[in-house]
Amino acid sequence: MASEVNTGFLNDKKLDSIAADILRPVGITQGFIVWMGFLGISLLACIYAYYLQWDKGLIVTGLRDYTSWGMYIANFVFFVATSLVGMLISSVLGLIGFKWVKPIARIAEIIAVAFAAIAGLVIVSDMGRPERLPYVFLYGRIQSPIIWDVTVVTTYLVISALLYFLPLIPDLAISKGRMGHTPKWLQKTYEVLSVNWIHTPQQYKILLKAVRIMLILIIPTAFAIHTVTSWLFAVTLRPGWDSSIFGPYFLTGAFVAGSAAVVIVMYFVRTNYKLDKYLTLHHFDMMGKLLVLVSIVYLYFNINEYLVPGFKMKTAEAIHLKELFVGDYAMMFWSVQLLGLIIPIILLLFKVFRKPLSMLVISIIMLIAAWFKRFIIVVPTQDHPFLPKQHVPDAWMVYHPTIVESAITIGTIILAVIIITILVKFFPVIPIWEVAEEQHETDSKTKE
Amino acid sequence: MSHNSNSTGHDHSGREEDNQNSRRAFFKNFGLLGAVAAAGGAAIYSGYKYEESKPGHDFVKVLTSDNRIVEVPRDQIKDIRVDVDKLQKQGREGLKGHRFVMVIDLAKCRNARKCISACQGAHHLRPYEYHINTLVMQESEHTAPYFMPKPCQHCDNPPCVAVCPVDATFKRQDGIVLIDNERCIGCRFCIAACPYSARLFHWEEPLMAEADKGKPYNIELNVPQRKGTITKCLFSSDRLREGKLPYCVSACPNGVYYFGDENQDAVTNGTTKETFRLSELLRVNAGYQLMAELGTKPRVYYLPPKNRLFEFKDEKDPVQEPT
Repeated sequence: MASEVNTGFLNDKKLDSIAADILRPVGITQGFIVWMGFLGISLLACIYAYYLQWDKGLIVTGLRDYTSWGMYIANFVFFVATSLVGMLISSVLGLIGFKWVKPIARIAEIIAVAFAAIAGLVIVSDMGRPERLPYVFLYGRIQSPIIWDVTVVTTYLVISALLYFLPLIPDLAISKGRMGHTPKWLQKTYEVLSVNWIHTPQQYKILLKAVRIMLILIIPTAFAIHTVTSWLFAVTLRPGWDSSIFGPYFLTGAFVAGSAAVVIVMYFVRTNYKLDKYLTLHHFDMMGKLLVLVSIVYLYFNINEYLVPGFKMKTAEAIHLKELFVGDYAMMFWSVQLLGLIIPIILLLFKVFRKPLSMLVISIIMLIAAWFKRFIIVVPTQDHPFLPKQHVPDAWMVYHPTIVESAITIGTIILAVIIITILVKFFPVIPIWEVAEEQHETDSKTKE
Repeated sequence: MSHNSNSTGHDHSGREEDNQNSRRAFFKNFGLLGAVAAAGGAAIYSGYKYEESKPGHDFVKVLTSDNRIVEVPRDQIKDIRVDVDKLQKQGREGLKGHRFVMVIDLAKCRNARKCISACQGAHHLRPYEYHINTLVMQESEHTAPYFMPKPCQHCDNPPCVAVCPVDATFKRQDGIVLIDNERCIGCRFCIAACPYSARLFHWEEPLMAEADKGKPYNIELNVPQRKGTITKCLFSSDRLREGKLPYCVSACPNGVYYFGDENQDAVTNGTTKETFRLSELLRVNAGYQLMAELGTKPRVYYLPPKNRLFEFKDEKDPVQEPT
């Protein structure tokens, strides 16, 4: 982001066409109603599943004393992981000065906000006494990694929300008078949220400064949330979790999941809203390259995480690794490694696969694989405690997720999709003023 | 201030005198005020007492514990309330001056499972919910199998306590690790952290949830048990407060358990009631701790299964399926 804004773009004729393009899909359409209706009804079923759990206790899940963290915790890790992409795209790549991330940055922030917000709910779904959530703040022990996690996830959510909202303010002001096709209440909302923005250079200066501070602040915060999340496992003595590279291992894995999520949202925005002028083939090409990069880094950490203990085969580690490589979890383990990492890396090396549709397919598979990867990290370790599992009912021996907990998990994903849909549908999904400014800049340069 | 004033020099003493005078005056005034207040209070109180003692009160017949029927004024009746706050306070502090320790003699265990049922009875647990469980252990393929009772190890470096976000599980001064199910949020981080699988969670309503409803919560017994919270071996700290041996220790028919105090260097066998020197017992029998290499510093010691009293016989899995 440049340190000065040339407000000349405001009088540029191009602004009109850009604003018109980006604001056209804003508002309530039939497709939106159908989609939200579908999500809403599905969500109701999931809420009923949670009611069952609230009423009967966690007995409705497949969790028992040996495997006491299952799908919910895996889902939590997945949510935190996916939300990290906000930091990667707008902050890391933005600060380095890559211009191509500008139209994507807002999509990345939407994903960050949605997933970070729901991550908090996901963790509550795992609690035995959810009504005691305030105890975490009343009696919190600073020594516990859970308290660190709560602190940094909340901080990350706030900064991400600001990073979404602050650059949106000029767009809300630009939209004034161009929103004839949208309902009155939405126009009113825009007016309130635009906080009397009048496009003075001074305002832009302050905005850029604020955004820049946030962009820098979010880097350590994002590192912290996923590192601390990995420590929920790494601070224990259990084979499979007792690893010193869990922090970077989780962090790099997060970028894979998040980048895949961004590609998926990009695709739907591009095709549904006819924004291919702004989300161009070049953007998909670059995102494809980014996916290759983050996947290779993650693959490197995977090799470290499995090869080093696999070489030594200490007793307890060996049981765990055999379970993953050739045992009950082998199918899931190898599918995740191949479909979620190795094959996408190979395919995306070729330009022909870095096209929107093939990228969409690859990204969906990668995102699903990313979810199961968290399952692989969380569950199998607990299947093999140090001491033998004896004298308990058969159902306690192996973890089989139930329909109820699957429904609750799907419910959290639906909630995230609802937040994304609302933010994408009711507000400009591509930063109008930033795109216009850049166009203006390049135009004036070519004139000279 | 008055402490310093004794050593102050001449120039300070004048001011000191003033201070003393004004203080004296203050106390004089205050004393007067106090006397008036006391007199007034006494008058009101005696009037109240008088009203109270007047006949015509509503009396209630009460059966005493020695089978006499007596009459008591209704407004004098007070419910006997177990002081939950006191239970909580003493439960969190522990028994001063003690460092409790358990020794388990593996040579004597034949999996009678009496310890388990006594424990489950005391703590209102289902037959497959274990504070203490007897496991069949075998170190490697060619070594002999043996039975190993496994309670919570009450580690001196407890991984469970370290990770608890709300101080629901804690270490007491007497070495015991307890769980407060009125505080526990049910995150199960402690289960993940415990390498001994010593903790369990109430996935559903506890066995005696109905019957225990409304009972005051005794943190040292962890009863009433609560859905959605953790429970675990407590070294029967309620019994220790009464000067008795833990439930499991007393219930064992085979002399497997020794229990005692590290500070006194003495442990008592639960079956024979013989008392031994702890250090001597551990030295002579080459006592060890379970997975000591993890650095948890357990307070439970094991004596190796050498010269066993019983032949190893692994009978049918005694667990009962939940209905």
